[in-house]
Amino acid sequence: MRYLAATTAREAAEALAAEAGVTRVLAGGTDVLVQMKAGLVEPDLVVDIKKIPGIATITPEAGGFRIGAAVANAVLGEHEGVRALWPGVVEGANLIGSTQVQGRCTMAGNLCNASPAGDAAPGLVAANAVARIAGPEGERDCPVADIPAGPGKTTLKKGEVITSILLPARPARASDAYLRFIPRTEMDIAVASAAVSLELDADGTVKAARVVLGAVAPTVVVAEDAGRTLVGTKLDEATLAKMAKACEAVCKPIDDKRGTVAFRTKTAGTLAKRAALIAYARAGGAK
Amino acid sequence: MSLDEYRKREFKQVGQRVRRPDGVDKVTGRAMYGADATAPGMLVGRILRSPHAHARIRGIDTSAAEALKGVKAVLTGADLPAQEDDFIRDVQDNCMARDKALYDGHAVAAVAAVDAATARAALKLIKVDYEVLPHVTDVDVAIKPGAPVVQKGRSLENVPAGMSENVTSHCEFGHGDPAAGFARADHVVERHFRTAATHQGYIEPHAALASVTSDGKAELWCCTQGQFFVRTLCAAIMGMEASQLRVTASEIGGGFGGKTTVFIEPVALALSRKAGRPVKIVMTRDEVFRATGPTVHTSTDVKIGMTKDGRITAAEAHLRYSGGAFPCGTVDMGAQAAFAAYDLEHVRTYGWNVLTNRPKEAAYRAPGAPQSIYAVESVVDELCQHFGLDPIDVRLKNAARKGTKSSYGPTFPDIGLIATLEAAKKHPHYSAPLQPGQGRGISCGFWFNFGGNSCVSLNINTDGTVGVTEGNPDIGGSRASISLMAAEELGIEYDRVRTIVADTSSLGYNDVTDGSRVTFAVGLATIKAAREAVRVMCGRAAKIWGIDAEAVEWKDGAAVPAGPNAGKFPPMSLAEIAAVSFETGGPIAGHHEVNVDGAGVSFGVHIVDVEVDKETGQTTVLRYTVFQDAGKAVHPSYVEGQMQGGAVQGIGWALNEEYIYGADGRLQNPGFLDYRVPVASDLPMIDTVILEIPNPGHPYGVRGVGETGIVPPLAAISNAVSRSAGIRLSELPMSPPRVLKALGG
Ligand SMILES: Cc1cc2nc3c(=O)[nH]c(=O)nc-3n(C[C@H](O)[C@H](O)[C@H](O)COP(=O)(O)OP(=O)(O)OC[C@H]3O[C@@H](n4cnc5c(N)ncnc54)[C@H](O)[C@@H]3O)c2cc1C
Repeated sequence: MRYLAATTAREAAEALAAEAGVTRVLAGGTDVLVQMKAGLVEPDLVVDIKKIPGIATITPEAGGFRIGAAVANAVLGEHEGVRALWPGVVEGANLIGSTQVQGRCTMAGNLCNASPAGDAAPGLVAANAVARIAGPEGERDCPVADIPAGPGKTTLKKGEVITSILLPARPARASDAYLRFIPRTEMDIAVASAAVSLELDADGTVKAARVVLGAVAPTVVVAEDAGRTLVGTKLDEATLAKMAKACEAVCKPIDDKRGTVAFRTKTAGTLAKRAALIAYARAGGAK
Repeated sequence: MSLDEYRKREFKQVGQRVRRPDGVDKVTGRAMYGADATAPGMLVGRILRSPHAHARIRGIDTSAAEALKGVKAVLTGADLPAQEDDFIRDVQDNCMARDKALYDGHAVAAVAAVDAATARAALKLIKVDYEVLPHVTDVDVAIKPGAPVVQKGRSLENVPAGMSENVTSHCEFGHGDPAAGFARADHVVERHFRTAATHQGYIEPHAALASVTSDGKAELWCCTQGQFFVRTLCAAIMGMEASQLRVTASEIGGGFGGKTTVFIEPVALALSRKAGRPVKIVMTRDEVFRATGPTVHTSTDVKIGMTKDGRITAAEAHLRYSGGAFPCGTVDMGAQAAFAAYDLEHVRTYGWNVLTNRPKEAAYRAPGAPQSIYAVESVVDELCQHFGLDPIDVRLKNAARKGTKSSYGPTFPDIGLIATLEAAKKHPHYSAPLQPGQGRGISCGFWFNFGGNSCVSLNINTDGTVGVTEGNPDIGGSRASISLMAAEELGIEYDRVRTIVADTSSLGYNDVTDGSRVTFAVGLATIKAAREAVRVMCGRAAKIWGIDAEAVEWKDGAAVPAGPNAGKFPPMSLAEIAAVSFETGGPIAGHHEVNVDGAGVSFGVHIVDVEVDKETGQTTVLRYTVFQDAGKAVHPSYVEGQMQGGAVQGIGWALNEEYIYGADGRLQNPGFLDYRVPVASDLPMIDTVILEIPNPGHPYGVRGVGETGIVPPLAAISNAVSRSAGIRLSELPMSPPRVLKALGG
C-alpha cells in the first residue's frame, strides 16, 4: 500500500487517476481506517487530502458558506454562522459517532462513503448543497443530491475528489431540521432518518419545502410529494399525516437486523413529521 | 451446612469505601491485561473458523499454509488427543472442531506465524473440504422430531420418547399438586415467552500467551476468571501433569461468567508445542461474538393461578433452553430459580436442554435465572393487573421467608426477601407520581450463590504490613474486600494490607471466580487465615512474656494478656510482634484451605419507570432503583457497582441485545454496532439501596452480590412497558420494531 499526502487537489486527482489498483481518499479516516482494519478493503493507494491548503476552512460565499472537504464536523458544529443558517445540516453532521469521531469525520467523507444511512447526506440534499469536485481534467460543480449512487457507490469518476461543499444562501424565515431513529441514544446507525428544509411567508404559511429521507432506500430519497404537501399550509395535523403517508410511499427499505421494512417505512414518516415541526419553529412559524 | 459462622460485631474497616487497589494502574494504562503479555521469540496465532452453521469436515489440506514462509505451525482437530470424558471432549471439540463444524465461527484450524500478516495469509491457504449439512438455530424448531440433529447420541435416559435427538436432558422440580391448586384459583394466566441469547459483552477480548518448552513444561498467561480451572482443562487436553503447567491470570477487563472456560488457551498451547516457540492469540471482537459463550436462548410456558385477594394457588413452568451445540445444564438452574421468590403449596417446573447450531453457552451472571424469572414475574404482574392489586403487596403476600420450603427443595434459613420488598415499598421512588404515558414496573430476582474451594495465605511482613495471597481473578473488587476483611480481623488499617492473585503454582486449588463466591468464600478463608496468624502472634507474645499462649488474646490489633491473672504486660502490636519474629520462631503466616458451604441465597427487587414512544416503539428508561440484600456490604461502593452493573446489563437484555441468526445459520451481528449494549446516555442514574440481612454462613454475614442484579430488569422493564404502552410483550428483546408492531404500527 502506498500513502500520499497530496499538497494540491490536482496532485490528489492525478495520483488517484493514475493508480490501477484500489484507491481511497483519506479525509477523517473514520470510515476508511475502520474498513481497512476489518479487512473489508485493502487499498493499493491512500491519498490524504488534509494537507491541501484551504481544504479545512469554512468561507462565506454569496450569502452562504463554502465548507472545505476536510473540515471536521466538530469544527463545523462550532461555526455560528453555519449553525444559524443551516441548523439541520449541522445537527445531522454532529450526530455522527462520538466526540472522538467528531474531531475527525467530515461531511464529504460521509457523502462519499455513500452509506444509505449516512447522517450528513439528507440535510445536505434538503439544503440543495452543491459539491465542488476536482478531477484530472479540472474542476466541476455538482448537486450533492446527484453524488450517491447506491450503497458504497458514488457518481464520482475515477480520480475525482470533492474539495468543498457550498451551502447556499437562503431568505429570512427559513430553516431546517434533521432527525434520525436509532435504538440507542448515540453510537449507532440510522434505521430511518428525515431532513426537512422550509421557507415561510410572513404569516407563517409554508412557501417552499424539501423533505429528504435516509436509510429507507439504496440512496437518500427526495420525497417530492411530501414536500409539496406542506406548501401552502401551516403544518396542521391533517397536513402532517398526509405528508407522512407521502413519505411512506417513497420508501423502499430493506428488511435486516437493524429494522423491518414496516418499521423503517412507518418511522421515516414519523421522523419527517417531527422534523418538519422543528424546522417550522426554527423558521419563526408560530404553532 | 455451616450456618453458625456469623457473629454480630462492630466493624472498623469492613463497610468503609476505601481506595481501590487497582485504580491507579487501570487509569494510567499500566494494568497488564491478557493481550499485554509478551515473550521473546513470540509467534502470532490465528484461528480459521467455519463459515457454515453445520458442516461435515471431509478433509483439511494445510500443505500450502505450511509451505508459506514465516509459518511455524498449523493445527487441526487431528492434532489433539481423543478424549474419554464427555465434559473434556466437549470443551476440546469446542476449541477445535473434530469432524463436524457445529456453528458459524467454530474453530477448524489454526496457524502460528512470525507476524499477523503472515498468519492471515496462511489461513487463506488452508483448504477445508466441507459437506454442508442442514442446520437449526432455534430452540422451538430444534426440539421437534425431524429437526436436523446437531450431535447424535447425546440424550440422557431421562429424556421422554418422541422428542428430537437434540433434546439432551430433562429435569423436574417442585412439590404439591398443581392441578388441585389451579382449581382453587379465581383466575389462571398461562403465557408463552421467548428470550434471545445475549453476550456478556466484556470489553476485553480473550487473549492467551502460551510457551511450551522441549522438556515438557509450560507457561500460560491468559485473561480468565479461573486460572486453576484453565489448568485443569488445558492439562487434560494437552495430556500434561498439573505441576508442569503454570497458569497466570492477567488483569481482567470484564468476564461476567464468560471467562470461566477455555476457547483459545489449548490452541495456543498446542501451537506452541508444535512450533517450539511462544504463541500469542488475541481474539477479534467478531471472534468473541461468534465463538465464545453467549447465554442460552429460551422458550418458556408459565401458568399461575391466583385468588382475587392475591394469593398464588399454584404455579407451573415448562422451560426449553438451548445452550448451543453441546449439552448444558443451565435449564436446571432456570427451573430451580423460577419460583424461588414465592412460598407455594403447589409448584412444578420442567426443563429440557436442546442442541442448536450455535456456540457453546458459557455462564453469564445468574445463568438460567433471568430467563425463567422474567416469564414468572411477567405472569404475576399480569395477574396483579387483572385483579387491580398492588404488585409489591402481592409479592409480600406470597413471599418466601425463613422456613419456606423452596420450589427447588431446600427449606430457606434467614433470607432477605420480605425486608427487600418492604424497603422497595417504602422508598420514595415507588410512590413518586408518573406523567401520562409513563409506566412503572417491578420484579423480584433471586440467585443461589455459591461457596466452593478456596485457599488463602496471609503473610505478616516484618515491617508490620500484611500480604494476602489468593487465587481468584478480581472481577468485581474482591482484592479490596479481601484486604478489608483481613484488616478487620487483624485490627489494622486497610492501607497496611495488600492482596494479590497468585498463579497456579503458588497456591492450592481455588474454584473459578463465579457464583458470586469470592467475597463470601475467599473472604471466609481470609478471615480464618487471619485468625490463624493471630493465633501464631499470640503465641509469640506469650513466649516473649513467658506466659501460656492461652493466656494471651488479640484486641484492637495487638496481643494483650487475657485478664488480670495472666500478668501485667503492655500490649504488643502486630508491627511489634512482626519486627522481632525472626528471634521468636521465624516468619509469621496464616493459611486456610476449605470447601466453603453456606453461601446465603440473595434476593433483589427492582423498580423502573419507562416511557414508550408510541410512534416509534422506543422505550426510554427514566428512573431505576435496585434493592438488594448483601448480607454485609464489605465495600459498599463495589456492592453498588455490582447492583448497577447487573441492572444495566439487564436493561440491555430487555431492550436491545440479541444474537440474530440469518436463514443461513450465520450470526448477523457479531460486533458492538449491531449487538446493542446500552451506552451511558441511554441510562438514568441507577439508584441503589443495600439491605444487610446477615448470612448465617459467613463470619461477617456476607452474601454474594454479583449475580442477582441481572435477574429482575427483564420483567421489571416488560411490566413497566405494559403499563406505559398498554401492551404486554412476551419476547425479548423489546426492540423498537417489535414494540411498534405490537402497538399495531
Ligand atoms: C465509532 C463510529 C461511529 C460512527 N457513527 C456514525 C454515525 O452516527 N452516522 C454516520 O453517518 N456515520 C457514522 N460513522 C461513519 C463515519 O464516521 C462517517 O461516515 C464520516 O462522516 C466519514 O467521514 P471521514 O472524513 O472520516 O471519511 P473517510 O473515512 O476519510 O472517507 C470515507 C470515504 O469517502 C471517501 N472520501 C472521503 N473524502 C472524500 C473526498 N473529499 N472526495 C472523494 N472521496 C472522499 C473515501 O475514499 C472513503 O471511501 C461512524 C464511524 C465510527 C468509527
